[in-house]
Amino acid sequence: MRRVVITGVGVVSAIGLNAAEFWSALSAGRSGIAPITRVDVSNMRFQKAAEVKGFKPEEIFDEKFLFWLDPFAQYGIAAAREAVADSGIEFTAELKDNSGVITGSCLGGKPTEDEQYRKLYAEGKERQPPGAIPKVMANAVASHVSMEFGLTGATFTTSTACSSANHALGQAFWLIRQGTLDVAIAGGSEAPICNGHLRAWETMRVVSPDTCRPFSKDRSGMILGEGGAMFVMETLESAQARGAKIYAEIAGFGMSADAHHLTMPLAEGAAKAMRGALKDAGLAPEQVGYVNAHGTATQANDSMETAAIKLTFGEHVKDLAVSSTKSMHGHTLGAAGAIESAATVLALHNSLLPPTANFNEVDPECDIDVIPNKARPVEVEAAISNSFAFGGLNAVLAFKRWRG
Amino acid sequence: MDEAILQRVVKVFAEFKKVPAENITVDTTFEELGLDSLDGLNLVFELEEEFGLMIPDDKVKEMKSVREVTEGIEYLLAHPEEQANNVKPPAA
Repeated sequence: MRRVVITGVGVVSAIGLNAAEFWSALSAGRSGIAPITRVDVSNMRFQKAAEVKGFKPEEIFDEKFLFWLDPFAQYGIAAAREAVADSGIEFTAELKDNSGVITGSCLGGKPTEDEQYRKLYAEGKERQPPGAIPKVMANAVASHVSMEFGLTGATFTTSTACSSANHALGQAFWLIRQGTLDVAIAGGSEAPICNGHLRAWETMRVVSPDTCRPFSKDRSGMILGEGGAMFVMETLESAQARGAKIYAEIAGFGMSADAHHLTMPLAEGAAKAMRGALKDAGLAPEQVGYVNAHGTATQANDSMETAAIKLTFGEHVKDLAVSSTKSMHGHTLGAAGAIESAATVLALHNSLLPPTANFNEVDPECDIDVIPNKARPVEVEAAISNSFAFGGLNAVLAFKRWRG
Repeated sequence: MDEAILQRVVKVFAEFKKVPAENITVDTTFEELGLDSLDGLNLVFELEEEFGLMIPDDKVKEMKSVREVTEGIEYLLAHPEEQANNVKPPAA
């Protein structure tokens, strides 16, 4: 069976506009959560999010191209360009034929849709611009990136709420492993900061009026974030043949459905996806040293996830470090799996485990080692990254440290 | 308990569950109506729309029957400073 490795990483997030800045913030435990600037939220129940700051699309994309790009596409394409440049890969005609782009997004071009509908309903306009159709479609990033690099292999987008990017990365990994693709540019992006969407989260009563404190006894909900992360994945053989830098091996993927409830998660469903990822990777639980948790900081998720981790790892849980980096980059919904895979891969590569920031107090229902507030230098052999979605759809990726 | 508020609460419950208003009494509970947490969230949203206010999370948790909802809303209407959109979030 072909082995698959990650040779390029690109990130746009609230804590950094490239992978290096992102990793520097994670290492320092620095959070990007701040008052929301792009929407007037003064009469709303929550006031904070992890907005991308300092991103200048007009400097990255030419005017004609930018016309077609919702913010979620801008983040995804910028991250893909960084990942490709970072990997040093050259797409020859033959390679283009066997390469594809697989992305995840929950919302697609929601800010564009929100603004156009505002004009329709609030300003009494009766027409919508034709550009809104391709700008809003959730596969915009996959399509633009395939065009930019001329890749004509399997290319598509998965949309499974907060698991979208993990499902995309898992599919990309399997397609390379089984020989359908030789190279994939894969990841996810999301731009949830717009009026209509924020107000729907408000009445869902799961967004914190304070900040994101995963696994902490005083946690009071999630904090939304935006951004994107993309990877270049290829076979170990091709990476070694071209002398590429290898960040980590992507070794296993597991998925499951709770078949239970739209919004209440089930520990057994989450555990089933974790077991699936370990089995797919050929990893024993004892080989895993780090879990990048879904860790939304809602009451329901964090206690459920703790129970699921115990179900999966048994006695080994006492030697397992777990953190939720959402405390720093926020919950980026359909991009979460990609941004958190970036955190996981960089943690393996740099032998440093990012912390759970904003942590105050141990919750007896979350009695696991959550790496509170301060990154921990540890060399671990393998790590998993969890994503669990509304609708009970779970997706877990397993990575192995690359000993270059 | 304010009778006019009670009648409006009963009307929201009845429309939400698509049952005649006679089936809803002051003692009817969310549990009796077979409402889970997500249904409850949607019912609370309809109540907020009816009364034009936002109910804080801790108050929502205390509302498990028509009586508790009516009393809670009556209190919030009399104390607008305690409605969720008027409560300043903690600085952090």
